[in-house]
Amino acid sequence: MDERFGLDRRVTLPGEFPLAGGGVLPELTIAYETYGKLNAGGTNAVLICHALTLDQYVASAHPRTGKPGWWTRLIGPGKPVDPADWFVICANVLGGCMGSTGPTSIDPRDGQAYAMRFPVITIADMVAAQARLLDHLGVGTLAAVIGGSMGGMQALTWAVHHPARVKKVVAIATAARHSAQNIAFHEVGRQAIMADPMWAGGAYAAARPPASGLAVARMAAHITYLSEEGLTEKFGRRLQNRDAVSFGFDADFQVESYLRHQGLSFVERFDANSYLYITRAMDYFDLAEPHGGNLARAFAGVQSRFCLVSFTSDWLYPTAESRRIVRALNAAGAPVSFVELESPFGHDAFLLDAPEMNRVIDGFLTA
Amino acid sequence: MTPVPLRPDLAAVAAAVPEGARVLDIGCGNGQLLAWLRDTKGVEGRGIELDPGDVAAAVGRGLAVVQGDADTDLADYPDAAFDVVILSNTLQAMHRPAAVLAELVRIGRSAIVSFPNFGHWRVRMSLSVGGRMPVTRSLPVSWHETPNIHFCTIADFEALARDMGLTVERRAGLASGRQVALWPNLLADTGVFVLRR
Repeated sequence: MDERFGLDRRVTLPGEFPLAGGGVLPELTIAYETYGKLNAGGTNAVLICHALTLDQYVASAHPRTGKPGWWTRLIGPGKPVDPADWFVICANVLGGCMGSTGPTSIDPRDGQAYAMRFPVITIADMVAAQARLLDHLGVGTLAAVIGGSMGGMQALTWAVHHPARVKKVVAIATAARHSAQNIAFHEVGRQAIMADPMWAGGAYAAARPPASGLAVARMAAHITYLSEEGLTEKFGRRLQNRDAVSFGFDADFQVESYLRHQGLSFVERFDANSYLYITRAMDYFDLAEPHGGNLARAFAGVQSRFCLVSFTSDWLYPTAESRRIVRALNAAGAPVSFVELESPFGHDAFLLDAPEMNRVIDGFLTA
Repeated sequence: MTPVPLRPDLAAVAAAVPEGARVLDIGCGNGQLLAWLRDTKGVEGRGIELDPGDVAAAVGRGLAVVQGDADTDLADYPDAAFDVVILSNTLQAMHRPAAVLAELVRIGRSAIVSFPNFGHWRVRMSLSVGGRMPVTRSLPVSWHETPNIHFCTIADFEALARDMGLTVERRAGLASGRQVALWPNLLADTGVFVLRR
C-alpha cells in the first residue's frame, strides 16, 4: 500500500519554497486527499481546486463538521468525476488552515506559529505548491484541473503557468481578476477581523480566536454568495420564532438568524489569519496584469482545452467575467466551451445540485 | 463510429467545407454539423449557440462551443481566424443580418450561409392565394412564435451580397435537399451561398 495515496494525507516536501511576492518558506507541507487509482500511463489524474473557505475534503466527510464532502454532487460513484475512472486529487491550498502550510503552521526556524509573519501569498503560489505535490505523487500531466470560484482562478493559472501539464481546464463561476467590488467585500471582512480586539495583531492563541470579527467577515461574505432572489425566496421578511418584531436588536428576522448561524459555525472550522491571507491572494489575482492588461496575451501559450460555466444570478463572479475569459481564449486560438446556466442561487450555485453543469462537465471530460 | 447522416440542407453546407479546415459554426445547435465535419473531414471546429441546452449537448460531443449571440458576440473574434464560417438557417433570426454577414467574411476567409427561401412557390402561394403567413417544411413555426424576423428570398440575398461588395463563390438552391437548376428563387426552399470579402 502506497502511503502517498488515500484519505487525509499530509506530506512535507523537501527544500525551500520561493513565493511570487519575493518571500521564501523554509518548508512546504501539503494536506490532501486522493480518490481512485492513477493508471499505468498516468493519464487519468484530475486535480480539484477548492474555493476560499473550502478544503481538501472534497468527497469525504469533513473531520471537524462531519458533513459530507463539499463537491459530492460532482465527484463520486456515478458522477462526472467518478473515482472508478479518474485519479482525483484535492489539496488544502497554501495559506489554508486544514493542514497545508499557512499562518497557523509552526515556523521551523523558531518553533513559533507564523501568524502575521507568514508571507503574503498569491494564487500562483497555491498552484506552484500543487505542482510540487503532483511531483511527489508521480503525476506528470493532469487530464483535467477543475475548480469553482477561487478554485477556478487556480485552474486558469494552471493552464497559463504549466501549459504542458494540463489537458483540460474546467473553470466555474470564476474570473481572471478580482474586481473592485470583489476587493471591497474582502476588505470589509478583513477589517472586521482586525477590528476585533481578540485578533491582537494576529497573535491570538488557537483557543481564543477573534471569533466575532471572523463571524462578521463570514456574514458579509455569505451575502455575496447568494442572490437577492434566493434570499427573498428563502427568508423574505419572515420573523424568527416570533409573531412581531421586538423593537430591539435581537435577530428578529430569519435572515439575521441564518447569517449569525453561518458566522458562528464558520469560526469553528476556519482560522482568521488564514482568511486574511487567502482573501489577499484573491485580491492580488489578475492573470492579465503581467501582460499589460491584455488577457489574450496571458493565454498565448496555453495548450489546454477550456470549459467555462457561469450562473445567471451570480453577481460575485458574473457571467461578464467568464465571457471576458472566453473572448481572450478565442483571441488566443484556444479551444473553449462556455455555458451560462440558469440558477436563482447566486454564486453558491456551483456547489449545489446542477444537473446541466454535470452534463457539461461529463461531456467535456469524456469527449 | 459511423457519423449520422446530415439533414439535407446541412449536407449541402458540409459539402462546401474543405478537408481539415478551421471552422466556426454560428448557431451550431447541438453540434450535429460540427461533429460530422470533425469525424468525416477532420475539421477543427468551434461553435456559437444561444440555447444553453444545445451548448451542453454540443460540449457533450467533445466540441468547443460557446454560448453566445451572433448579433453581438462576433466582434470578439479576430480577423481571418477561421478558414470557413458557417451560418446555417440562422441569418433570418438575426436582428442585423447585414452586419452579421460583414462579420462572417471578416472572421472567415470564406462564409457559408444557408437560409429558408421566402421566394419559394409554397410561400408565395400561402401569401397570394391563402392570404396567410406560410407554415412550410423549411418554415415550420407560425409567425407569432417563430424566432425568424428577417426573411429574404434568394434574389434578395443575392442583391444584398452585391450591395455589400461580397464575392459569391458558389450558390445553390435546394428543394427537399436536392439541387434545383431551374428558377431557384421560385423552386428552391433553401438557399446556400459561399461568400468571400
